[in-house]
Amino acid sequence: MAEQTKPALPSFSTIHSQTGEDPIDLRKRPRLKESIIQGFLFFSGALSIFTTIGIVFFLSEEAIQFFRSPEVSLLEFLTSTKWQPHLGEFGILPLLNATLVTSFVAMLVAIPLGMCVAIYLSEYASPKTRGTIKPILEVIAGIPTVVLGFFALNFMTPLLRGVFGNDVVSIYNMAAGGLVMGILILPLISSMVEDALSAVPRALREGAYGLGATRLEVATQIVVPAAISGISAAIILGMSRAVGEAMIVAIAVGAGPNLTWNPFEPAETMTGHIVRISGGDLSYNSIDYNSLFAIALMLFAMTLVLNLISQQIIRRFREVYE
Amino acid sequence: MSLQENQSQFQSDLNARHRRGKIWHITFIVSTVIAIIALVVLLVTIIEDSFGYAAITYKIPPSEIAPAGTPLESMLCEELIPILEENVSPNRYRQLQNEKPFTEWSQQECYEIVVYEVGGPKAEETWSLSYSLRYANELKTYVKQKYPEGDLIFKQWLNLDFITQPQSKDPLIAGIRTAILGSLYIIAIVIIVAFPIGIAAAIYLEEYASQNRIHRIIQTNINNLAGVPSIIYGMLGLAFFVRYLEPITSGYIFGYSSETTANGRTILAAGLTLALLILPVVIINSQEAIKAVPNSLREASYGMGATKWQTVWNHVLPNALSGILTGTILAVSRAFGETAPLIVVGASTFVTFNPDSIFSKFTTIPIQIYQWTARPQDAYKNIAAAAIIVLLLILLTLNAAAIFLRNRYSRRLQ
Repeated sequence: MAEQTKPALPSFSTIHSQTGEDPIDLRKRPRLKESIIQGFLFFSGALSIFTTIGIVFFLSEEAIQFFRSPEVSLLEFLTSTKWQPHLGEFGILPLLNATLVTSFVAMLVAIPLGMCVAIYLSEYASPKTRGTIKPILEVIAGIPTVVLGFFALNFMTPLLRGVFGNDVVSIYNMAAGGLVMGILILPLISSMVEDALSAVPRALREGAYGLGATRLEVATQIVVPAAISGISAAIILGMSRAVGEAMIVAIAVGAGPNLTWNPFEPAETMTGHIVRISGGDLSYNSIDYNSLFAIALMLFAMTLVLNLISQQIIRRFREVYE
Repeated sequence: MSLQENQSQFQSDLNARHRRGKIWHITFIVSTVIAIIALVVLLVTIIEDSFGYAAITYKIPPSEIAPAGTPLESMLCEELIPILEENVSPNRYRQLQNEKPFTEWSQQECYEIVVYEVGGPKAEETWSLSYSLRYANELKTYVKQKYPEGDLIFKQWLNLDFITQPQSKDPLIAGIRTAILGSLYIIAIVIIVAFPIGIAAAIYLEEYASQNRIHRIIQTNINNLAGVPSIIYGMLGLAFFVRYLEPITSGYIFGYSSETTANGRTILAAGLTLALLILPVVIINSQEAIKAVPNSLREASYGMGATKWQTVWNHVLPNALSGILTGTILAVSRAFGETAPLIVVGASTFVTFNPDSIFSKFTTIPIQIYQWTARPQDAYKNIAAAAIIVLLLILLTLNAAAIFLRNRYSRRLQ
């Protein structure tokens, strides 16, 4: 069979017009303006990467200088139980301890209340009630933390001192800061948990109702287990928020590192210490200045790990229905 | 077990289950109510401290200032000014005249300035609003006993003077004008920087980026940045904007030099720090708004031969704009209330002059609240509460604007 030579097709880029005179060029024309704009858009997107690099770079740079100084070693930083910069003692444990205690108190308030509010909104409340309550919770979440600090100092502390006695509760104490921090985190947890609960398909609930379950049983034995990944993610994110919260603890918790588990005693958290020291006169390259970056680096690492765990939980364990 | 026993067993179990259901139902409602009560109590606490009686003592009681025993209130400005000149230092007298020539003063202003400058009032104790109302008589006798020379006056800590006066060490005349201006300057920088970059990044991620690794890295990175504590941004701002970029943020390289610059601890540095802080939030919110624009609009635009940018600029952005604005306004209101990063960046503790450029020292309303709250004296608590009300009112306005836009937006989609 003779090879059929195909007629040469006109290439797509040059289609001859009917008259066979001028070829029309259909190739994508280079457009300078579009390219410039696209460059700017890409730069804006990439800026977030530079922000992260900047945070890691500057925190590490100053922290390394801190650990290089003869007065402190990494081991001492992590294990010493005293933080007294004027005596050259830099052990982060008292600060870390206070952060953990205040966060623990906050979570003690925020997890049960947040869960209850979320279950109520998602499983019990009518759409109208939900429509009124959700904005109120959003308002709480939007209150500046310095205002909540004022609230902790001028309402929560007197309240605690009234209940437990002035001898037991100090003027500055971790409990008041932690409780108010719990109020701050409550709306964050409740709204995320409610989203997770609402995402559980109706069919699961109807199935349980069909078997004779009460509303409570449906909520706690069907819906909550089905949404457990979203709930855990919300709680971990709440923890991360509590660890990084600064103003409430700076105002209400105290102004001196103190290694104690007693929530009614004053102490100073990592964030509170950074706020207090940087609020004073601070000269660059002093060991005080560098020590703040070491604390901040630790804080950054803690919140980053919590955030990543939260994201991983959502990605890995999310139940995808339908 | 007989059938009947079984039946009654089932019935009592069922009752128990219903009881449990009811108890928890109430628990859920109570939890919700607790959250709402917390908000109400917070607002009440603040209002309580913004108004109330204050015990004032004087170095020279107002009744003894006037020479012949004539009541000070009824004297004219021409008579009051000589008293002022006599009793204050010449420097202070000139300073007062420089602020505002005496000829322009009203009688009320003259009276107040004489009482303040000559009398030297001091707030000894203050009481909350509800206490003042309930125990007004008891307070009067108490103050008479404890401060025989003093006065008990009902003080509105939040008043027009409080908003228009500059900062002062004395809580009786301290105001937040410089703080409000500082906040506004910083927010202006935040808007100018964060809006275009945030929206551009959102457009890039939604419209331009292909679903490759770079896109995924940027997206994950933005989500992580949104969870970084604000104080960390403060540290970044301190190390980068304040220290590393000092020539720029303090204005040296623009030939700007003034006593008011504070080694890079300026409005510009603070604004840039807060812009970085809210950038992730702006990007995420803008992405949501752009995602909500139906694809058919884009296809139609391409079908008409529009380029990518023409499509984005003429069709996607106008349709997403109100959604973007809603999200960004909320982000800005967050920046407005931020305190910790600004303290770290180096807010000044005491600014009595208006900021005159972006290279000025700064203070903001939240910084003022923090500093006043941290002081032990009664009266500082009251002016902190008054400043909180101002702050919350501003935030309320911003949020109302956001809700208004959101409603308009959702109507348009229907």
